[in-house]
Amino acid sequence: MLTSLVVLVPILSATALAAASPFLPGRRGISAVAAVAGCAGLTAILLARTGTYTVTWFAGWHPRGDAAIGIAFAVDGIGAGLALFVGALGVVALVLSARLVQAETLLFDALAVLFVAAMVGFCLSGDIFNMFVFFELMSVSAYILVGYEVRQRAPLEGSLTFAVTNTVGSILLLFGIGLLYNKTGALNLAQIGRALEHGPLDLGVVVAFALITVGLLVKAGVVPFHLWMADAYAVAPTPICILLAGAFSELGLYAVFRILWTAFGGAFAGQEDALRAVFVGAGALTGVVGAAMCLLQHHLKRMLAFATIAQVGMFLVGLGLLTADGTAGAAVWVVGDGLVKAALFALVAVVQHREGKVTEAALHGRARDLWPLGLAFAFGALTIASVPPTGSFLGRSIVEDAALKLDGYRWVPALLAVVTAVVGGALLRAAARVFAGWGQRAPDDPYAEDRDAQDEPDERDGGADRADPFLWVPAVLLLGAAVVWGVLPGLRDSVAGAAAAFVDTDAYAAAVLDGAHHAVHAPTIHPPSITGYLYAAGSVAGALAIGAAGIAGLGGRLPRAVRATADGARALHSGRPTDYVAWLAAGATALTGVLALVLT
Amino acid sequence: MLAYVVAVWLLVVGIVGIVTSRHLVHLVLCITVTQSSTYVLLLAVGFRENGTGRAPIFADLPPGTPVVDPIVQALTLTDVVVEATVTALLLALTVQVAKRFGTVDPDELGALRG
Repeated sequence: MLTSLVVLVPILSATALAAASPFLPGRRGISAVAAVAGCAGLTAILLARTGTYTVTWFAGWHPRGDAAIGIAFAVDGIGAGLALFVGALGVVALVLSARLVQAETLLFDALAVLFVAAMVGFCLSGDIFNMFVFFELMSVSAYILVGYEVRQRAPLEGSLTFAVTNTVGSILLLFGIGLLYNKTGALNLAQIGRALEHGPLDLGVVVAFALITVGLLVKAGVVPFHLWMADAYAVAPTPICILLAGAFSELGLYAVFRILWTAFGGAFAGQEDALRAVFVGAGALTGVVGAAMCLLQHHLKRMLAFATIAQVGMFLVGLGLLTADGTAGAAVWVVGDGLVKAALFALVAVVQHREGKVTEAALHGRARDLWPLGLAFAFGALTIASVPPTGSFLGRSIVEDAALKLDGYRWVPALLAVVTAVVGGALLRAAARVFAGWGQRAPDDPYAEDRDAQDEPDERDGGADRADPFLWVPAVLLLGAAVVWGVLPGLRDSVAGAAAAFVDTDAYAAAVLDGAHHAVHAPTIHPPSITGYLYAAGSVAGALAIGAAGIAGLGGRLPRAVRATADGARALHSGRPTDYVAWLAAGATALTGVLALVLT
Repeated sequence: MLAYVVAVWLLVVGIVGIVTSRHLVHLVLCITVTQSSTYVLLLAVGFRENGTGRAPIFADLPPGTPVVDPIVQALTLTDVVVEATVTALLLALTVQVAKRFGTVDPDELGALRG
């Protein structure tokens, strides 16, 4: 009952809002906030009540033997926790949207609530086709929300690119689901898992897994599927950016590993080394590309979009270690970084709201009077570089410890340190230029012509002189939450338990199909060690150094070869949906080929 | 077997069409071609060899009669609905692009790049 209400409440509220919209023109109220807050509250109760797994079969269609005809929500700590996080970010986003989105009707609110509902349902679903339907529901809502400011060029194009690329991704996902059904005759994740466990691992299974993974990695924005992401995130209304960057991308990763552990856990048993190499490799590449592109940007929201891509890479490294503690670290890190990113987007919105511009050059020193918010922004940048004792630091140090336990992955902590330092440094540079006016004005960006003139979604209303407390108070609260998340007592133990349940194929199948409770062995996660603090110190120092170098304008004095490479990389982000689909197809072929080679 | 070949063929030509497209409406139609590969695949999965499967309507069939798999038909139907929504949305965006910027060439997009 409770499990269904978690999704029913927001979906019915969204429907009611949409139905009421024609009769209440120009009215925006707190009804949408209330709906999402109700959803978040119910999710919190669900999370508190979920021991290891909570399984709900709709309309009482329980499985007989190993055959599940009915549709189930199979909730564990990671799924419910992620759903709660989505709900919480949804509340923040809707509060901010009251000030930032000039909507004439309730339709914006209805769509935003529907978007949250789909993401929550996606987290709880235990059926692969149901996941696909929620996946499409959240994608379509997101396409519309990104292009909501349809009068401007950039959001319209961003939405179109986003929709084309992600539709191709979801077709590949569905194709994979079809192949999987052909192999197993099942849609329930646990039932697929049991069917594949006994069968041989043949090419069909691997191709199905590869296509499903590609479809979901397009959503997550893993290189080379990331190209649409910077375009869409840079132009979406800020409240939607918070949901997209904080939760939407991460849900793609969540689903890859939910499906990997529950449906393919038995089939791929013994192949962990090969899979680990593929996932950690893809994560490392994504992290490096995202961080480098972040450093090259001068558009604040686009910078945060590339920061998200870099972080998705890091989360993929953590999850891709294929251990319970790596998963736990990534889970803690996702929430910690999601809170900080939401705060940073809100702080950018404060400035954009007042000045109507969003690039470093145009905003140079314009926000000097808002220096306390500049300090908050700098603190957020340092948090991304995982300054202790924040949630980002805790998550990263758990991932580092997990990597150090595995032979051949001792380089991971150094990679995490470099990527977080570069992203943090780029954001610090922007903070110093915008909020303090330090250094030279940022050079004119050849890619940014006319952007500020007419193409920016104009989130300004009435040119208020002061910072709007409606915007900066939530931002400061979010930063506070990011710190609290790092020191929350008991967090390590409960996340360790949830992660152990997430990666336990047999216990999941027993809970879903047999209604049996198997004990799950939770790993012991130690508090951050001295090595963790040293790596964090390294990335904070690196971030400060990179930020200082950026302000001093050292970027222009790099060797010509480096600048040429950077220009080449930027040119690949061409903004054309046709190019992006070409990259997607190439990446899908490459990933399928690699997986087929290493797994069969 | 032939149906699977057709499904893969539709997937491949659809994606090639999207990549080489010079007109947004053409691009959206190529997406629908790509989508139809999943319909063919799903229906092929439920098909019974040699056409022994009847339509899965048990009103006038004795229980136990071999029928084609009704689940994949339900999935296809859901899929058609979902993808029709996406196509409608993409065409609406195309109309907006054409109306406001006077172009339908996807290669002229790129207000955001780098």
